[in-house]
Amino acid sequence: MPEEKLPEAHDASQGHEVAPHSDPFADPGLPAHEPRRTDIDERAAKRAERQVSLMFVVSMLATIGFIASYVIFPIDKIVFIFPIGHVSALNFALGLTLGVALFCIGAGAVHWARTLMSDHELPAERHPIEADDEVRNDVIEQFKTGAAESGFGRRKMIRNTLIGSMALVPLSGVVLLRDLGPLPEKKLDHTGWQKATPANPIPLINMNTNEPMKAEDIVIGSLTFAKPEGLEESDEDFQQNIAKDALMLVRIAPEDIKDKNSAELGFGGILAYSKICTHVGCPISLYEQQTHHALCPCHQSTFDLADGARVIFGPAGHPLPQLKITIDEKGFLVATGDFDEPVGPSFWERS
Amino acid sequence: MKKLSARRRHPLAALVVLLLALAATGGLYAAFAPAEKAQADTSAQSLAIDEGKKLFAVGCSSCHGLNGQGSTDGPSLVGVGSAAVDFQVGTGRMPAQQPGAQVPRKKVIYNQAEIDQLAAYVASLGPGPVTPTKEQYTSTNPDDVSKGGELFRTNCAQCHNFAGQGGALTKGKYAPSLESVDAKHIYEAMQTGPQNMPSFPDTTMPEEQKKQIVAFVRHTANDEPNPGGLTLGSLGPVTEGLFGWIFGLGALIAVAIWVAAHTTKAKKS
Ligand code: FES
Repeated sequence: MPEEKLPEAHDASQGHEVAPHSDPFADPGLPAHEPRRTDIDERAAKRAERQVSLMFVVSMLATIGFIASYVIFPIDKIVFIFPIGHVSALNFALGLTLGVALFCIGAGAVHWARTLMSDHELPAERHPIEADDEVRNDVIEQFKTGAAESGFGRRKMIRNTLIGSMALVPLSGVVLLRDLGPLPEKKLDHTGWQKATPANPIPLINMNTNEPMKAEDIVIGSLTFAKPEGLEESDEDFQQNIAKDALMLVRIAPEDIKDKNSAELGFGGILAYSKICTHVGCPISLYEQQTHHALCPCHQSTFDLADGARVIFGPAGHPLPQLKITIDEKGFLVATGDFDEPVGPSFWERS
Repeated sequence: MKKLSARRRHPLAALVVLLLALAATGGLYAAFAPAEKAQADTSAQSLAIDEGKKLFAVGCSSCHGLNGQGSTDGPSLVGVGSAAVDFQVGTGRMPAQQPGAQVPRKKVIYNQAEIDQLAAYVASLGPGPVTPTKEQYTSTNPDDVSKGGELFRTNCAQCHNFAGQGGALTKGKYAPSLESVDAKHIYEAMQTGPQNMPSFPDTTMPEEQKKQIVAFVRHTANDEPNPGGLTLGSLGPVTEGLFGWIFGLGALIAVAIWVAAHTTKAKKS
């Protein structure tokens, strides 16, 4: 841009010391408006215009690229891209093109605003938010008159029934919210183990092998996960059921078990606890075989499995429910009843 | 009988009797002599046990007792088997450098031959899990990775994280990252349940499944590409959130400052 087109004042105002003012606190007012290059040089303005549209065009191309890469790249194609390493070609292309498309719109808009849109200074004065005294007094006056005329203080019956009706209105909200879903009723009280009885026990199935287990398979210090017989991963409601039925089996040397009742529910030191945290229901099985603590990864509730899964730390409100197990005549581990309490987090109807 | 007694006076009779007597004595000796002694001079295994015993006396007995019976400072090693020794010493966890919530992995101070000798000695104290062979932990079937992934998520992910990056436990203990751990050591850890890790014996997790888990862990740690680019440590929302807040928001703030600072307005003042 030719220098001679710049306003003289621009250069003259540079580097001058500001002369000390007679009143240092006086409002200096707005500085004089200075035009931008694009304001005075039509060629510069044209160039800025082209730059802005170029960015918008790039954005358009990038969007087309986005759609194209969605079609072109197979979902499992992995490519090597220098500083990042091996990445999915599809992810990379989608991210890059969408990023460019959005960035160019933003950058174009900013460039447009800075070079071409009006840049006249507009002072906006700030005012106190509160109304002036006259208005306030008036409002207070009106309120007092209203209160006096209504006789609110005097006519107790009206007042009390009004309060009553206001208090009852929110109840309609409760009715509406009640529609959000049926209460869980008894569904949370029982698990897939509920059909087990001493006469008709349910075998414990190892989640790894899908086979029933013998007592001697569970050694001291080991951890095994189990589900009730009959629950198959191919079942439609498998996920719903396993969320309640999941067991962790540990074996603790009988002399280390502190809770008598818990030892009796188990068999020869093998204890079957629910895997579902009683806080908000995360699966817990961070089992430490030396301390016999089981930790919940969500909010760090810690249960002492040697002491009836008592809560020794954290927000959980109940010990982990324990399943009563024994062995059948062939030596396989079986459950003879449901958990002694509902598994998982507390709920309103929990007994 | 007649024949025998007829030859009793034969000049070689004495020699025959002598030979018979010698053979009988030797045979009886072989049958009744203390077996250990008889083997000691021949089998390489017992040599290793002897060497291991010496190493044990120097390096391990102060905590585990002179005969591996355990003491207040260390558990009994009777029945832990050679796999436990190979894991603990082979990853540098033993000898422990100081007592504490967790004995961390550190530089290995014995060579593999010495580790084998120690393992042989400890295995001689009582039966326990045996150091696995290479075939046991090296998988050749490509399906093993996906099967191992399922097993890993059921049995291991709760402590070691979905990508084997490890995680915190209670009171300063932690589940270590599995990233650069030897296939053999992963296998042994499942067999023996070191420190606070529960064990996964062959009775509840068959050998084949352990091999699959090892295959999966080695795959995620070594060759699995990361479709999104940066892994950010595969730690989940913590690092991802931190990255978003610092780099994502940081970039936005930087752009906002740049937009505001480089106007003609800003230049004028
Ligand atoms: S869900 Fe287990 S502590 Fe919160």
